[in-house]
Amino acid sequence: MLFAKNSGWKLRLFNRSFVILWLVIAAFPFLWTLWGSFKVELDFFSKEDWTSALTGVRTLVQHGSTITGDGYQGAWIEEEFWRASFNTMLVCFFVVITSLTIGTLGGYALSRSTHNYTFWLLITALIFRAMPPITLVAGYLLPFFEWNLWGHLSTTVVVLVAINQPFTLWMLHSFFTKIPKELDESAKVDGCTQFQAFRHVIIPVMWPGVITTGLFSFLLAYNDFAITAILLSKENQTMIPKIASFLGTTQTEGNVMFAVAAVVSATVPLFLLVMFFQRQIVSGLTAGAVKG
Amino acid sequence: MKHKTFFWFILPTVAAMLLFIALPIVSVVTQSVFTSHGAVLIETENCGPFGCKVETTIDQKATAKLREEQPLGRFSGLDIYFDRGHLAVNEVAQAWHESAGVGDFLGQLNNLPFYRAMAFTLTFTFTVTPLMLAFGLLIALSINSLHQKLKGLAIFFSLLPMIVSPLIGSLVLFWMIDSRGILGNAIQWVFSDPDLSLKASTSLTWMMLIVYGIWHAAPFSFVVFYAGLQTVPQETLESARIDGASKWQQVRYVIVPHLMPLVTFVALMQLMDNFRVFEPIVGFNSAAHATSLSWFVFNDLSGETRQLSSASATSVLTILGVAVLLTPVLIRTWRDFTAKRA
Repeated sequence: MLFAKNSGWKLRLFNRSFVILWLVIAAFPFLWTLWGSFKVELDFFSKEDWTSALTGVRTLVQHGSTITGDGYQGAWIEEEFWRASFNTMLVCFFVVITSLTIGTLGGYALSRSTHNYTFWLLITALIFRAMPPITLVAGYLLPFFEWNLWGHLSTTVVVLVAINQPFTLWMLHSFFTKIPKELDESAKVDGCTQFQAFRHVIIPVMWPGVITTGLFSFLLAYNDFAITAILLSKENQTMIPKIASFLGTTQTEGNVMFAVAAVVSATVPLFLLVMFFQRQIVSGLTAGAVKG
Repeated sequence: MKHKTFFWFILPTVAAMLLFIALPIVSVVTQSVFTSHGAVLIETENCGPFGCKVETTIDQKATAKLREEQPLGRFSGLDIYFDRGHLAVNEVAQAWHESAGVGDFLGQLNNLPFYRAMAFTLTFTFTVTPLMLAFGLLIALSINSLHQKLKGLAIFFSLLPMIVSPLIGSLVLFWMIDSRGILGNAIQWVFSDPDLSLKASTSLTWMMLIVYGIWHAAPFSFVVFYAGLQTVPQETLESARIDGASKWQQVRYVIVPHLMPLVTFVALMQLMDNFRVFEPIVGFNSAAHATSLSWFVFNDLSGETRQLSSASATSVLTILGVAVLLTPVLIRTWRDFTAKRA
């Protein structure tokens, strides 16, 4: 409680108003878009009167009610956004499972080996982590076209897993370092192999770290635009590139609302994620920083 | 751990990284020194009643065959790096000789796409990073002084701008800032100029993107600093208070020095992340006024004709930029490592 006790009322007032201002800046755009997604375009984008986005004057004229689900219907059914969201689900599921499986093995090994090369591996991972994914995409295209790998969800999953590995390795490495070495050492003394020690001793206690890392893998796969937009064919598009493609094609009146509805639909899962896993997300963000 | 066991544990992840990060880098570098084949031309002489004419036609078959045999194209050295779309060596030299002064020279550079993109990328990186640090610290200090029960809620809402996909975040702001949107309307009202549109002017577009950048990145520094604030030594703070330090002095001389390692960490991470700015340019549809290196790569790759060589050259130049920004991080990690061993 840095400032709570015996601080001047001026400072307290400033703090309070700043928090409120920041929360409005952070949250209001989402609430506004959520509300506006149930209106017609002329209400959400109103030249004459900004309040019509709140009251829905035109929506009332066109639909007989101040709210309409037209944007959602257009996006999900006409423009087949359901397919994109199903693809996103598939991609996210497999990316998280795969990158956690291979990342856990690697991170565990890095935390337990005392040889010098672990440091070089971690440094290499750090360099790879710094590569902007978009700069790698040009390197994928030629071989992917050649071997008919382009456009499939599975290819994108593999690419996303690989791009995710450097981060996953660092994060899991730091979590495993916190699990005392004595645990698996004593299992090995009792005659376990390294893998058995990992399987029976480490796996039962590693879940908090793994879940946190999994959340970030999920976010990476869910939020990716650069890779999915270029590596996926039109039918296999995930949500984010699909939204981007709405912008290019649907300039006719009313169809902007498809994009608005799609944006709101894609934000809802993230909203729920932060709601349920706030603690893990915060701990994950600070894990790399605070101890350093 | 034995070498052999270590090898089997680490194999899948190392294989994934080698195949899909290391190899693509090699392949990007290779592609950047090759350029696509021109069409194979054949000259035929057509003789008619009015004399003979030499006609040049494209040999479709031979062209297709050549392209299939050598999909990389023909070797072109560093030509692509030096062409007008990238480093534009000739144009820069010409501008240097002809320009009246430094300002004129910079103005002429600004007409070249690569330098324009570079100018925006660097401006974005070096304005967003310090501002998001300051803003994040301010949020952290303010939220830390809240009542315990409100903190959770405040953190929840603060995380949102960072967690949503950059494209979604920029679209949400873009629709509000549209000249028919609520913020766009408000701005027109404030400046009482009904035709004011943020999208029409270059400097306003840059400002819009920078504001977005801060909005998106501030939660990260906030969370890190907030965690750091929980570990501020209370005794030091107490003694500073007894010595009569004002709130401002406490922040300036106790809290900020305590958070300094975190500031360095966040700053280094952010420099690299902001350097790759890309999605907001698509979301704000701002390519006419502001482009970035990453956007160039995307633009080359996403069209009907995928310009692999051009995209690769820009990619390599981007990687070089990242390498410069990465050096301090590596030095820091190296120092930590040697300190741990000593």
